Amino acid sequence: MFKSINSNQGELITIYFEGKTLNVPKDYNVATALLWAGVCDFRETTLNNMKRGPYCMMGVCFDCLININGMDNQQSCTIQVSDGMKIKRQVINSSGKK
Amino acid sequence: MNSAKYDIIIIGAGPAGISAAVLADQHKASVLVLDENCAPGGQIYRAIEKNQKSDNEWLGQSYQDGLPLIEDFRRSRVNYQHSAKVWHLSGAKAVHYSVNGKSHSAKGGQILVATGAQERPFPVLGWTLNGVMSAGAAQILLKESGVVYEDAVFVGTGPLLYLIVHQYISAGIPIKAIIDTTPRGNYLRALRHSFGVLKNTKNIFQGWRWKWEIIKSGTLYISNISDVRINGSDSVASVEYCQRSKWKNLNCKQVFLHQGVTPELNTSLSAGCDKSWDARQACWTIDVDQYGQSSVDGISVAGDASSIAGGVAAAQRGSIAALNMLYNLELISRGDRKVLSKPFKKKLSKEMAVRPFIDSLFKPHVRYRTPQDNETIVCRCEEVTLAQIKESIGVGCKGPSQLKSFTRCGMGPCQGRLCGLSVTEILAKELEIREEQAGYYNARPPIKPVTLAELASLDET
Ligand code: FES
Repeated sequence: MFKSINSNQGELITIYFEGKTLNVPKDYNVATALLWAGVCDFRETTLNNMKRGPYCMMGVCFDCLININGMDNQQSCTIQVSDGMKIKRQVINSSGKK
Repeated sequence: MNSAKYDIIIIGAGPAGISAAVLADQHKASVLVLDENCAPGGQIYRAIEKNQKSDNEWLGQSYQDGLPLIEDFRRSRVNYQHSAKVWHLSGAKAVHYSVNGKSHSAKGGQILVATGAQERPFPVLGWTLNGVMSAGAAQILLKESGVVYEDAVFVGTGPLLYLIVHQYISAGIPIKAIIDTTPRGNYLRALRHSFGVLKNTKNIFQGWRWKWEIIKSGTLYISNISDVRINGSDSVASVEYCQRSKWKNLNCKQVFLHQGVTPELNTSLSAGCDKSWDARQACWTIDVDQYGQSSVDGISVAGDASSIAGGVAAAQRGSIAALNMLYNLELISRGDRKVLSKPFKKKLSKEMAVRPFIDSLFKPHVRYRTPQDNETIVCRCEEVTLAQIKESIGVGCKGPSQLKSFTRCGMGPCQGRLCGLSVTEILAKELEIREEQAGYYNARPPIKPVTLAELASLDET
């Protein structure tokens, strides 16, 4: 599991992943916050329904795509968390429909 | 649509971009810096301001060295836009970018692409499983948020791999093993270039020290391997490696892969800059002259975005490019350009002297650049395997663009960033042609995926 080695994590805010409440450091990006909270399965690939999560953490690979506040394809390693954010695993089948 | 106008627009705020910005500002040019990250420093000095307040010694001296540069940058009058995603750069020196889902445009008298490097793809069996990340990702998590994974396995080669492992060990994070994929023959090949090392011993000794301290720490260090793959159904269950023709298994839940870095190509290529294949670095580089001027008028490329030479070299190349842009803008004379660029060129040549050694030592084996197993996924986005690529070649596919239409390889959101190099080398190998002939994807705008809403918002500004 990912964990933090910083003794002081600063202010925590509340986000929701699949309806579950997570209290995460305010200055994390969404991908980091989820990994830190034990979530590594961010989405399912459209073709083979493989589970995927962040790979590069620097905005290159687009494997960290996730649904944030109802919007698919959000590049979670480049987006800061914000209070009350609602995050969902991204599942889009090949016809583009849910 | 009104575009803001600047003398110089710089894309990227790593050592190259920042050095260029600071120097251009000193010579009274108006400068806009567009940075994808939320704070200056690029990947090498990522989150440096944040870490300044903590006493995280394990980050090391080479990291802390970046601070004065960032401080100069903050003190300058440069217009700095963080969290900016540049999605279009045209030959007409217009830049389109979006911040928080809203698009903007700006025009520059001169443009500098300083978008840095990305990690080279590492297409081995199982590299798409959950629990496999790049070692660069491990470093970002550590630097930016102090987030780590205990008992992970690090696989690969290159200075960055040793650096992150060294940082983990210094911070007291247990590591399950390091599997070093540096090909044995590289040590000999590198020795031939050891003359250059004499000109810059500090650089090399630091690398050796990291490696030595890693071995000394008692961490399981596995080398001289001939193949590696990652097992698991949904997520990682183990890493397997082949040593002296025997496959061995290592159970683990997290793997970090790394085999060097390569230039960020999409930005320069989409603007029409010419490129060449660099056999020593086994990657494409952007053609620039001694001042960083690309083949497109008014567009310069500096730092690792043109060819890999590291952070210190990037700072010099950024400064040299800035002087040339200032000259093009008639803000300094030709003579000034020459005189002022001298100290940067001197420092740069010292950095460049060690490149042949480093490049030869850490050149990843061809078997890790072009996958061997037919089932290995080459294009992560569209889940295209080596078998599918070979099949397309078998029925007449001749190049990357055709491959796109045959298989969708390279058509996903990463726009070929994680498969482009592999595709060039696979095509070259299968068709028995040179990499130059095999070519690369045509990079077209948008450079980064944009939503229709983002596009539409441009017209309102
Ligand atoms: S993890 Fe690669 S783009 Fe976010």
